[in-house]
Amino acid sequence: MTTWSGGAVARIAAIGLVGGILQVTTVSQVLVFGVPADLTPLLVASVGLLCGSVAGATFGFFLGLFVDTVLFQTLGVSSLVLLVAGYGAGRVRELRDPGHSLIPVAVGAGAAAVTVIGFSVLQFLLGVDAPVSFLLVRQILLVIILDTLLALPVYAVCRRVLLPYLPDDPRRRRRRAYTTGGLSPLSRA
Amino acid sequence: MYDKQVRRRRAVLVVLVACCIVLLTVYFGESERGTLHATQRGAMEVMAPVQEGANRALKPFRDFFGWFGDTMDAKQERDQLRKDRDKLQQQVVRLELEQNENQQLRGLLSFDRTTNYQPVTSRVYLRSPSTWYSTVQINKGTSDGVRVNQPVINDAGLVGKVKSVSNGNAVVMLLTDQQFGVAAQAVRAGEPGAILPAVGAPGDLLLDLVPRAKRVQPGDRVITAGTVSARLPSPFPRGLLIGTVKRVEGEGELDRTIHVEPAADLRRLDIVQVLTKPTAELTASAAKPRRTGP
Repeated sequence: MTTWSGGAVARIAAIGLVGGILQVTTVSQVLVFGVPADLTPLLVASVGLLCGSVAGATFGFFLGLFVDTVLFQTLGVSSLVLLVAGYGAGRVRELRDPGHSLIPVAVGAGAAAVTVIGFSVLQFLLGVDAPVSFLLVRQILLVIILDTLLALPVYAVCRRVLLPYLPDDPRRRRRRAYTTGGLSPLSRA
Repeated sequence: MYDKQVRRRRAVLVVLVACCIVLLTVYFGESERGTLHATQRGAMEVMAPVQEGANRALKPFRDFFGWFGDTMDAKQERDQLRKDRDKLQQQVVRLELEQNENQQLRGLLSFDRTTNYQPVTSRVYLRSPSTWYSTVQINKGTSDGVRVNQPVINDAGLVGKVKSVSNGNAVVMLLTDQQFGVAAQAVRAGEPGAILPAVGAPGDLLLDLVPRAKRVQPGDRVITAGTVSARLPSPFPRGLLIGTVKRVEGEGELDRTIHVEPAADLRRLDIVQVLTKPTAELTASAAKPRRTGP
């Protein structure tokens, strides 16, 4: 995203607010194989992938702050892991400009892994008062798998919301370049 | 131009990371009455009506998705419940006899026991998705008599205790939260201990610090021990059911690990009660001096 119009910022903020409220009121209470899905890294990865690293990092910071405030958790922890995830997703877009349709799945899985593992590492660094079970590893893996399955629908929704403010996607740019000349084998002949 | 973009990007990242670290450091270092905690409570108070409304509106969708999981677990749960029912029928007979005996003994001792905990019924409308923070939020607060550290129960047993409270809502720390702990007792063996959570295993609690751990067996019920010393009153009344011993690992006395399954289903909490007078059973009348003459 090259411009920061008020409309774009408002839409991104709306994604964060609605997504955050949906997560804490509904998604976290629906258990699949004993764990709830976590939409926050997927939202952050989607915004990063669509809008770039700065937008992804900023969105991750504020979404993490919102979640920590609403759930009365230690402020700063979710912000830190989500901003890293958002920045990383944005850098994937800036460096690779990927056009494959499954890229959101891979990036979503990566963001979920970074978030869940990063959160656990920070908790250990802050000090854990209770014994930690090895089942924590199972919980982490299940959350990552669940989030991977939800990555594409979440990305599709975010893309639909932000569509008026997005530049062309890489596949459309390449298709246009091919059809209008330059890349056509006829013009090269 | 490119350098400017790179510098701007890195500057934003550094500023955001620095903000996170500062927030974390200040929040972690301040007390419950600090500025950030107060701001958090204020924000919670503002967001609570929105979240409660969203919770009610989205309940049908939540129930719909939950139905699939419940259906898969239904057969196994039915078989287990049949076994439990048969065991409980025998226990009921034994307990009825003991209850009669208890009533007679209490009458003989003239024990004035007031069990008026003044429970406040509330609804759970929000839940933390994290494995590390096992908390829920309820729609009652200081205006309803709820205070920090008051125990929270549901129809099955102990659920947790109040962690933080604002005017109209409160955060409840569940039994499985890393910061939770309560003095407990295994009923059949009579052994005291402490209930601790097992972080990462949401349906599992540990009964620790048991002096004679070999006497505790699978199937034993674990209850809150209550106040055992007048100098250190417990916020939990005696006799609240915490759970049942699920399995015991280890052979020796010192290296035994006693796993307890919570009685309350902490994954599906809806209506809970906050005991606003948990020490009501320790009434002044129990300490009244006896009259010795006319």
